[in-house]
Formats: sequence, structure tokens, C-alpha cells
Amino acid sequence: MGRYLLNRLWHGAIVIFGVTAIVFVVTRLVGDPVGVMLPIEATAEQRASFAHELGFDRPIIEQFGSFVADVAHLDFGDSLWQRRPAMDIVFEKLPATLELTLVGVGLAALLAVPLGIMAALRPGRLADQATVFMSLLGLSVPQFWLGLILVYIFAVRLHWLPTSGVGTPAHLVMPAITMALPALARLVMTVRSAMIEELNQQYVKVARAKGLPALRVVGAHALRNAAVPVLTMTGWEIIRALAGYSVVVETVFAWPGLGLTAVQAITRHDLFLLQAVVFTVAVMVVFTNVLLDAMYQMADPRMKMR
Amino acid sequence: MAADNQANWAARRRIAAGWAHHLWHDKAGLFGLAIVVLLIVVAAAAPLLAPYDPAAQALRDRLLPPAWLAGGQLAHLLGTDQLGRDVLSRLIFGSRVSLVVGAGVVLLAGAFGTALGMLAGYCGGRVDDFVMRWVDTQVAFPGLLLALVILVVVGANVPSLIIVLSLNGWMVYARMARGSVLGLRQLPYVEAAQMIGCRGRRVIFRHILPNLTSPLLTLSILEFARIILAEAALSFLGMGVQPPGSSWGLDVAIGKDYMFRAWWLVTFPGAAIALTVLGVNLLASWLRVVTDPREREKQFARRMARKRHAEPVPAAAASVEARP
Repeated sequence: MGRYLLNRLWHGAIVIFGVTAIVFVVTRLVGDPVGVMLPIEATAEQRASFAHELGFDRPIIEQFGSFVADVAHLDFGDSLWQRRPAMDIVFEKLPATLELTLVGVGLAALLAVPLGIMAALRPGRLADQATVFMSLLGLSVPQFWLGLILVYIFAVRLHWLPTSGVGTPAHLVMPAITMALPALARLVMTVRSAMIEELNQQYVKVARAKGLPALRVVGAHALRNAAVPVLTMTGWEIIRALAGYSVVVETVFAWPGLGLTAVQAITRHDLFLLQAVVFTVAVMVVFTNVLLDAMYQMADPRMKMR
Repeated sequence: MAADNQANWAARRRIAAGWAHHLWHDKAGLFGLAIVVLLIVVAAAAPLLAPYDPAAQALRDRLLPPAWLAGGQLAHLLGTDQLGRDVLSRLIFGSRVSLVVGAGVVLLAGAFGTALGMLAGYCGGRVDDFVMRWVDTQVAFPGLLLALVILVVVGANVPSLIIVLSLNGWMVYARMARGSVLGLRQLPYVEAAQMIGCRGRRVIFRHILPNLTSPLLTLSILEFARIILAEAALSFLGMGVQPPGSSWGLDVAIGKDYMFRAWWLVTFPGAAIALTVLGVNLLASWLRVVTDPREREKQFARRMARKRHAEPVPAAAASVEARP
């Protein structure tokens, strides 16, 4: 098990290096960092001195070497927008994103298990068909639109909840629901199909035949075996949220997390801050992946063979 | 030869008739197909269908509500935006972006991913190791965020959207193609083809690829739905189609600032996205059922079981129903 996890960590290091290298190549080679960061009306002299100041006039290999060395020290340079280290800003915004992601995906997982089981108990019946249709609908609605519609109904019309921002628990309600709904739709489908498969297994028939109460058969025997795919998909939802969808939700609700910071860095042409955000997100995604792998091993002893 | 062809055609017609029959009974699938056909027709005939130029401003007619509300005009069925542009016309032209980006990404990512996946599965060994490592690494990338960074640098427009989303989406095809090829490679007819001296290319394209058609088709359609949502999200964030162009995601983003006064600006383009994606998803789930013999059998059994409740059962139907 230790060796397997070590292998995963090594793979994670490759991923982080890959993301860093791509960001470097895209920003330095494909694009013109000076052109992106300075206003259009900047003179040639201003451009040259700016490039010199930030080291963009050095040979590209040298730039890459110092870029990697800086990244290893978590030094992404100063944000052009806020005039302070980009990494400080990232650490300041990180908790808000984690809060939103964990509450949103947690909510989805908590609701998905009972709903999925309910549908799986009688496949093809009305409750099942309704659940499947609602999940398809949930998968089809764009997340940003869902958020805006919620804002329109509950904030603009009914004045029950604040439109955006942070502060009170009431501020978290709509962002968390918006985060949760597409994840809920996918997770319900996963729980449903995993449970249908398990409930058709021989051991479930044995448990039923020897007279165990239905609740125990479903809740203790089948659910435990269905847990592995459900756990996998929940982990994927966390990764999916961290890796991009938090950007959308945070933009809709002005939620001051990493995603909103990324969008602000883009509109202010702050490449250094953007790089810091992307790197941090890549590290979090890798970390979540390794954590998930470790969890499988505990949930399913057969995995230890690998 | 001619008789052969005729038999072939007859068989194909029978399969098509079976699908049509099945589609007629699966109302959800029919609805999905209708939506997709409608999308294609609207996108193709946009200049004929749209009552106005989607970029034409009419400042005197700003923020008109839809026609059925007080203050609405029949000339602008779904109202106008903050510059007096017709919402319906923008909706009609916006469908083009969704369709072009969706189809472009599915083709590009599908071709690249399937080719690499088949190569990995067929060659095995080091090639397989290398390709699958690459896939595993790229799957762990923060896709949407990386797409944003690339779009900032190379500039946001439709071609770069297609390329960036393809770079992000080819891995599923590679995984699926490799998995299928691994299963097919050992089959007698593939081995026979190799034995009589077919080149690798011929074996892959002529003997293996046709078997991938139906899973590839279903996957492509599901991916098409995902890409439409991704394009909408990128355009919403301002990193997709740029004004004065029109895309559903962009129109929602613009409408966001006028939500207090004009709900229709956000509602209609968003509903168009949701309806399109729902239609595509329904079509995909119908296609999955109709191309999978196991699913087809299940449906048949279910129909028989339903009949059994209504009338006495013939023996054959009962035996089908008893199968797991």
C-alpha cells in the first residue's frame, strides 16, 4: 500500500510539473507577457524596461530555470494588481473556495445517497423514472444560469437571501445549492446504478432469504459494497469543483475565493497572480486524488492487491 | 454481387425500421431527437429565420419586455436588450456558436483521442504505457482553469475555443478506444486478419474501428452536451465569443447586469442552453439503449411483463421475462 501511494505521489509530482510547464510555455512562448500585462498605449521604451525588470528579456531556458526555482519556493512574484506577493493573495482566498466546495459537494453526497437508493429499490417505477428525469434535467442546466435564476427568485423577488457576497450563513445558502445541484444529479445516477447492481447480487438474495430486515439488507450489506463507486464519484465532484466550476459559481455570487480571484486576475491582466492560482489548484487536485486513492484502500480491501 | 448488395440493403432497412419503431415508443428519445434537429435547422437557416440582425441596435427600443407582457411589442417576440437588440434574433444566431463549437470539438478531440487510444490498445507495450501515462497525467489537470489561461494568452474566439476544449477533452475517447481494442484484439477474426497478412493499418481501420462505432457515437453525443455547457461557461466568464458576436453564454453574462429590470435577458438564453443540452442527453440515452443488445432485451422483457399484467401470457414471453 505504501509503495502504491508513493507511486501516486510521484505521478502527482509529474502532473504539477506538467501544469507548471504548460503555464510557462503558454504565457512566455505562445503569448507575449509584456503585451498582455501593459496597456496598449505603452511606448516601446516602457515595454523594454518592463520586460527587463521582470526578466522577460533573458534567454528562454534561463527564464524557465528561474521560474521552476521560484515555483519550488512558492514564489510567483508580486501581483501587478495588488502589489504584493501573489501567493499571499492565494492563501488568503483559499479557505473560501474550500468552504464552498466542501459544503456544496457534501450537501450533494448527503442527498444523493437516500435519493439514489429510493430509485434503485424499484427500478423502472414512477419514483425511479422521476429521479432519472430530474437528474438529467440537473445535468443539463448550466450552473451559472441556475445561480442567476436562484438570485432572481430568492433575492430580487422574495428578498429572503442576500444576492451575493459573504458574511452570514445566509450568504452561503445559494452558492452551496448552485454548487451542489449538478453534482447531485450525477451522484444520484451513480448511487442508483451501483445499488441496482448490488441488489441483484447473490449475497443480497441470501440475506433476504434468511429473513434479514429489508433496511439491514439495503443499508448494511448492499450500500457498503456500492460505496466504492459512490466514493469515487464524490471525489471526482470535489476535483471538478476545485478544477474549474468554483470559478463559475464564485463569479455569479461574488464569492471571494480562488475562482473569483482567477477571473479578476484575467480582467486585470495579472499573469503572476493567475499562475499562482493555477498552480495552487493543480496541487489541490493532485492532493485530493492521492487522498482518494488512500481512501479506496480502506473502503475495499481487494484494492490492496494492486 | 448485386444480390449481396440487395441483402445488405434489406438488412440495413430492417435495422433502421427497428430503430424508428423503438424511437416512436421512447417519447423521451423522440423529444431529444426533435430538439437536436431543431437546433441544426435553426443554426443552418439563422439568417432566414431571425427577424433582425442580431447586432443591430435600436436605442429607442431598449429593454422591451416580451410581447405578451405589458409594454411588449409583437415586433420583438422575446423583448430586446439594453442596446435594443432583438433577443429572439440573438438566440437564433447564438445557436450557431453552440453547434459549431460542439461539433468541432467532438470531431477534433474524437479523432485524436480515438486514434491514440486504438494505437495504444493495438500496439501494447511501450506505446500503450506512454499514451496511457499521458492520458492519466492530463486527466488530472485543472481543465477549465487551464483553458481560461490559454484563452487569455492566445485570444478568445471560436477557433481557439475549439482547440482549447479539444485539448481538454480527447482523453475520454482514448480510454474508451483502448479498452475496446484490448477486448477485440484477441478475437478470432482479428487474429485471422493478421494471420493472412493484413497490415496494421488495415486491421485497425477495417476490422476494429467498425466495432467502435456505437460506443463512440454515444460517447460523442454525451461529450457534445458537455462541450455546449463548457462553451457557455467560458463565454459567460468573458473568455469565449466576444461582443458584438452572440453566444448564449455571453448573452446571459450581459443580461446579468440588468437582472433587476429585465429578467428575460438572462432567462431565455439560459433556457435555450438547458433545453439543448437536455435534448442531446435524452438522445444519447436513447441511443445507448438502442445500440446495446442487452438493454434492448431488458426493454423487451419489461414490455412483456407489462403485457402479462393485462392479459394471459404466452409461454415464450414468460421465459424471456425470467432471464436475468
